Amino acid sequence: MLFEQIAKNKRKTIVLFVGFFLFMGVVGAALGYYLLSAWIPGVVIALITGIVYAGYMFSQSTDVVMSMNHAQEITNADQAPDLWHIVEDMALVANVPMPRVFIIDDPSPNAFATGNDPEHAAVAATSGILSVLTREELEGVMAHEMTHVRNYDIRLQTIAVAMTSAIAMLANFGTHFWYFGGNRRNNDKEGNIIAMIASILVLVLAPIAATLVQLAISRNREFLADAGAVELTRNPQGLIQALNKISNSEPMSDENVSPESAALYISNPLQTKKLTNLFSTHPPMSERIAALEKM
Amino acid sequence: MIGWIIFGVIVVIILLWIGIYNGLVQARMRTQESWSQIDVQLKRRNDLIPNLVETVKGSAKFEQGTLEKVVGLRNAITQTPTNDHQKTMELSDQLTNGLKSIFAVAESYPDLRASNQYNKLMEELSNTENKIAYSRQLFNTTTANYNTKLQSFPTNLVAKVHSFKPSEFLETPAEEREVTKVSFDENGL
Repeated sequence: MLFEQIAKNKRKTIVLFVGFFLFMGVVGAALGYYLLSAWIPGVVIALITGIVYAGYMFSQSTDVVMSMNHAQEITNADQAPDLWHIVEDMALVANVPMPRVFIIDDPSPNAFATGNDPEHAAVAATSGILSVLTREELEGVMAHEMTHVRNYDIRLQTIAVAMTSAIAMLANFGTHFWYFGGNRRNNDKEGNIIAMIASILVLVLAPIAATLVQLAISRNREFLADAGAVELTRNPQGLIQALNKISNSEPMSDENVSPESAALYISNPLQTKKLTNLFSTHPPMSERIAALEKM
Repeated sequence: MIGWIIFGVIVVIILLWIGIYNGLVQARMRTQESWSQIDVQLKRRNDLIPNLVETVKGSAKFEQGTLEKVVGLRNAITQTPTNDHQKTMELSDQLTNGLKSIFAVAESYPDLRASNQYNKLMEELSNTENKIAYSRQLFNTTTANYNTKLQSFPTNLVAKVHSFKPSEFLETPAEEREVTKVSFDENGL
């Protein structure tokens, strides 16, 4: 079960990489055609940028994601004894190395895990979660995060975050240039218009596709991590109470959370109550709690 | 042609055999590693106990023998051979109860509760107790994985030939079956 999950995640990571480079290529071609009237340089530039970016993200993902979310690292138990010891306990029982620990200064209770693999993992908790939850509840939350670490969910999700940020950036860049107009030396009007429409279409569709990828990646994973957490703590009540408290709290401040990494959190940090199911990165809390109550 | 087929089948069987054997060794190793996790925590607790006894001895009155019993159990654990898991854990559970009673008495002495050293010790001991409970759970998980391998086909054939012995589960004391966590202070955190 665990190993299947890990293998599946590794496969998906590869698919994600291939998909990302294809996507970068297409977007590059569109931009290149539009700006320089030649698609090949666009593709080359996009792929080189993509490789450099992916390499950078792969080696620095934890630090990048943590700074995107304004998280401060703590390096010894005295800075937050309860959190530190609970993370230690959960890493022990999940049989993964102790991850790095970060705190986000935000009154809304929430937490996430990130990193490339269990050896280079990190967990972050908001200051809110530390003051609102009891020990058993926080254990449930950290066990949930440790399950993400152990399953290699963190690698897949972190790469998805990096890639959607890149695509969003690229699309922004593209639309920006579109306003100022591209290269108009091309006399082949008809071809130009078709290419233009195609470019615009790609640029508009890119962020939507990126969001859909994140949705597909994160929703089921939360159910699995909840189940894994109970396997570690043997205490479904702790996690149920924690999820209840978290879902009844105010969302996190926009300054702290980057929208691209919202999918990493145990509960959507930006969720407004009106938001419907369809485009939410997280399954509804009521369904998760119902699933836990059956355990 | 037939010779080659037979040769191929034999090679495949040998490779499978090696793979299964290595898998078993790894699973057995995991149970041993998780036992050493417990051992580390037991040692850490043993190191804390003399300190605790020193700290509370002067400032609180205990029933005759409470402290001696805890010290005695601590020494008994150090003398139990490391491969006698059941005995070690039985003593460890008694020690946990002994420590609980020390903390219960100490609670009624404001001087102690105000002391930094006492609070620090209590925090470390309750942290260690939690880790003992969790490492014990990990041990049982790795044992279950290993024992399942020993019993399922075709791993059981390899296990029998190389005489792999099943690993024994650690029994959880009755009162801890519900929630494995131990907390010395009433507020949980």
